[in-house]
Amino acid sequence: MIQLVPIEVTVNGRARTIEVAAHHTLLDVLRDDLELTGTKECCLVGECGACTVRLDGQIVDSCLVLAVEADGGEVTTVEGLADASGALNPLQQAFLDYGAAQCGFCIPGQLMAADDLLRRTPNPTVAEIQEGLAGNLCRCAGYEQITEAVQAVAGGRDR
Amino acid sequence: MSALVGSSPNRVGGIGRVTGSQAYVADIRVADVLEAKLVTLDCAHARIISIDADAARRVPGCRLVMTAADLPQPVPRFGPQFRDRPVIAVDEVKYHGEPVAIVVADSNDAAEQAAALVRVEHEVLPAVVTVAAALDAEAPLVQDPAIRPDDPRSSSNVLREHRVGWGDVDASAADLVVEHTYTFPMVTQFAIEPHAFMAAPDGDGIRVWSSIQHPNWLQRILAEVLRLPLSKVRVIAPDPGGGFGGKQHAKLEPLVAFAALRLGRPVRLVLSLEQTFQAVRRAAAEVRVRTGFRRDGTIEFQDVAADYLIGAYADIADRVVGKGSYPACGPYNVPAARIVARSILSHTTPSTAFRGFGYPQVNWAVESNLDEGARALGIDRLEIRLRNLAHKGDAFIPFDTPADGEWDQSVRKAAELIGWDTPTPAGHGRGIAVGIKSGPTTGLSHSTVRLLADGSVVVFAGTSDMGQGARTVFAQIAAQELGAPLDWVTVVMGDTAVVPYDQQTSASRSTVLMGNSVLFACRSIQAQLRAMAARLHGLDESEVTVDRGMVRIPDRELSVIEVLKPGLGRLGGELIGNGEARKEAEPGHPLGGAPAFFEFNCTAIEAAVDEETGDVTIVRHVTVSDVGRSINPLQVRMQDEGAAIMGLGHTLMEHYIYDDAGRIRNLGAIDYRIPTSMDLPLEIVSETIENADGPGPYGAKGMSEGALLCTAPAVAAAVRDACGAVIRDLPLSPERVWRAIQERATNGGREAER
Repeated sequence: MIQLVPIEVTVNGRARTIEVAAHHTLLDVLRDDLELTGTKECCLVGECGACTVRLDGQIVDSCLVLAVEADGGEVTTVEGLADASGALNPLQQAFLDYGAAQCGFCIPGQLMAADDLLRRTPNPTVAEIQEGLAGNLCRCAGYEQITEAVQAVAGGRDR
Repeated sequence: MSALVGSSPNRVGGIGRVTGSQAYVADIRVADVLEAKLVTLDCAHARIISIDADAARRVPGCRLVMTAADLPQPVPRFGPQFRDRPVIAVDEVKYHGEPVAIVVADSNDAAEQAAALVRVEHEVLPAVVTVAAALDAEAPLVQDPAIRPDDPRSSSNVLREHRVGWGDVDASAADLVVEHTYTFPMVTQFAIEPHAFMAAPDGDGIRVWSSIQHPNWLQRILAEVLRLPLSKVRVIAPDPGGGFGGKQHAKLEPLVAFAALRLGRPVRLVLSLEQTFQAVRRAAAEVRVRTGFRRDGTIEFQDVAADYLIGAYADIADRVVGKGSYPACGPYNVPAARIVARSILSHTTPSTAFRGFGYPQVNWAVESNLDEGARALGIDRLEIRLRNLAHKGDAFIPFDTPADGEWDQSVRKAAELIGWDTPTPAGHGRGIAVGIKSGPTTGLSHSTVRLLADGSVVVFAGTSDMGQGARTVFAQIAAQELGAPLDWVTVVMGDTAVVPYDQQTSASRSTVLMGNSVLFACRSIQAQLRAMAARLHGLDESEVTVDRGMVRIPDRELSVIEVLKPGLGRLGGELIGNGEARKEAEPGHPLGGAPAFFEFNCTAIEAAVDEETGDVTIVRHVTVSDVGRSINPLQVRMQDEGAAIMGLGHTLMEHYIYDDAGRIRNLGAIDYRIPTSMDLPLEIVSETIENADGPGPYGAKGMSEGALLCTAPAVAAAVRDACGAVIRDLPLSPERVWRAIQERATNGGREAER
């Protein structure tokens, strides 16, 4: 019998109380229970970064975090980047403007990782961007455009 | 930003991609859906003795355990080239990961639990996983000879042999003959979106969702297997999350469809990344090349024998072998050629289409061998290429499409951008390589364009936008031709019930074929506008022209809307244009048709090698592609760089590792590495040559594979130039480079010449 555990978690600013299976990951719960499918599932071993979300101020591979571990936590997913009116945040806009999104499947994870990088390192060098996003695979290999987009946002903050 | 052709507006469909609202197959929520899991064996080749699903069926929530015995008999087989792949394994599994049963349950958890309880009694059989093993006279036959009864090769593992040639290789009087064998490993497409499928009964038919590149081809396969008319099979194909060829052809859709019909409910199967590795890959190859040169570096002949290791079922692999090996002599004028390419079956994942379509394997060998000739003759490696390169109009492959670009321009530009004539920094080396890929040999793309009453536009085009940006290109064409702002254009794709027929999304065809189709549809609307303007203004149609969204009549210029509104009148409505672009088959041609265009690329590399570790750093990566005309320059650059970096994957790091039992030992993202942001060239330069000499809209050619064709030979040449390491087996892993450096030490000294 699958054991259900009640958890309270704030997702993109909205408090949710849900019962989750003890063995389900945060990724499972986001996608299947909360129907927030922007966070993607690919490798399930913490290597590809497609499932990157922000949990209590840190980015995590949500495939490696049990949902019960997020109990009491605050989660931001790609759906939480744009503001309430739907206006894109500067990173999302820059990803669009610089052509960083191709097939798009890795992009939610790339955005969450880039957002985290800019919080920690507001003016990153190219090397810092590449290292900051090293955990996010892009098979379209839009790495140059992703880097340019992050640089543009960082430069914009500078001005 | 301008929407006009030749500019780079933001991607159409881009907002969904940056907000997470873009729905891929696994994101689509259908009421009442059941989840499916596969039952597989931990070996490559086995005889199935019995399957006991009693325990599995007792799992709460388990709805169905389906095996071959539950399907129509004989179990339907399908495939794009041969009908050889059964809907599910029959009597035998032939590769690691081939499904034996599908389990469907209320939840993923229940399906997983039940799948683990299916007991498959089986006898493990010897597996062939290498070319040598497959060709051994004692080798077990991968394919039942009964599947191809009239084929004399059916008693061997050679599925087919492709022979092409001209001139007399054996009579050639070459001053120098260079012969080497090169190997190319099995690599996988590794789209970040694992393959996903869903099927649901739909009235008296079926609806199937798939991350497929060719929805219409899948529709045909499903109709055949399920014995339904095409009109009762609706394929919904959302934009794939990367395809690269791996998502061209049907895989598990028929199985999921049978399960859904059996249960009368929607069924979803989302593969894991590991299962995706087991579902698709590129053919490995062993390529022996004998090249004859004259003293001045002119190529006298090419003698190429390429053995491609394909998988347990043909999929499209034999076409890959035939088409990929056909231009094996490269973009050169070669007086005599003999090309023999074999498709060799093995107990491995069925290989399929993958960016480059069989050509990177032979180009790795042929371009590397050209370098060997240049070294032996003391000729500069750039010079030997320019000396042999075909010029526009040359029938460089007899009876094929003549050279269709000013290819030397790409080579000279790449050489200039790498600084070929400047001194190479100490410890660095340079390499240069060229490649051509045959574009589509046949094609058919229908489209419909609707100009709505307010001047906005809906384009229906059956191309799959898997990242290459086809949606944006079609919207740009429609916006330009009909004078609508880009954000007033909607492009509808990926639904066979709604969108007219398109043969396929492959071979870099869509800008050319579907692009032309959309252009023709727009031109049809322009003709209707011309008639409308003539009627409204009492003119003869010959006095009206429509260009770039403007309608010109003798005394003034009107916008489309100024004609459309009064022209449509009180009832409103719309103007509808249909487009059709065809590339007819040519029955006499060995490939069934000459290519619509060639993709030409020249790649030049500067690399540094750490002699202590064997680690290769790409210092500068130059790729120049002849694209005819960039409709969207940013997207062209993205595709070109993406191909270049993907090429670095198979060049430096990617390969499947099989054990003797035929199991892939490096399934998944931990043990199979693809380029990350830390593996990039220190500098990447992507340039184009644009002479508007392509067959597509405004002179465009297809592009997006070119930069992958020559990566390996260019990098290996740079590595050799840097440190003298001679390597003929990919990938150039640090270990392999380090070992080659040690061998160089014993062979005596660094080679410094170009």
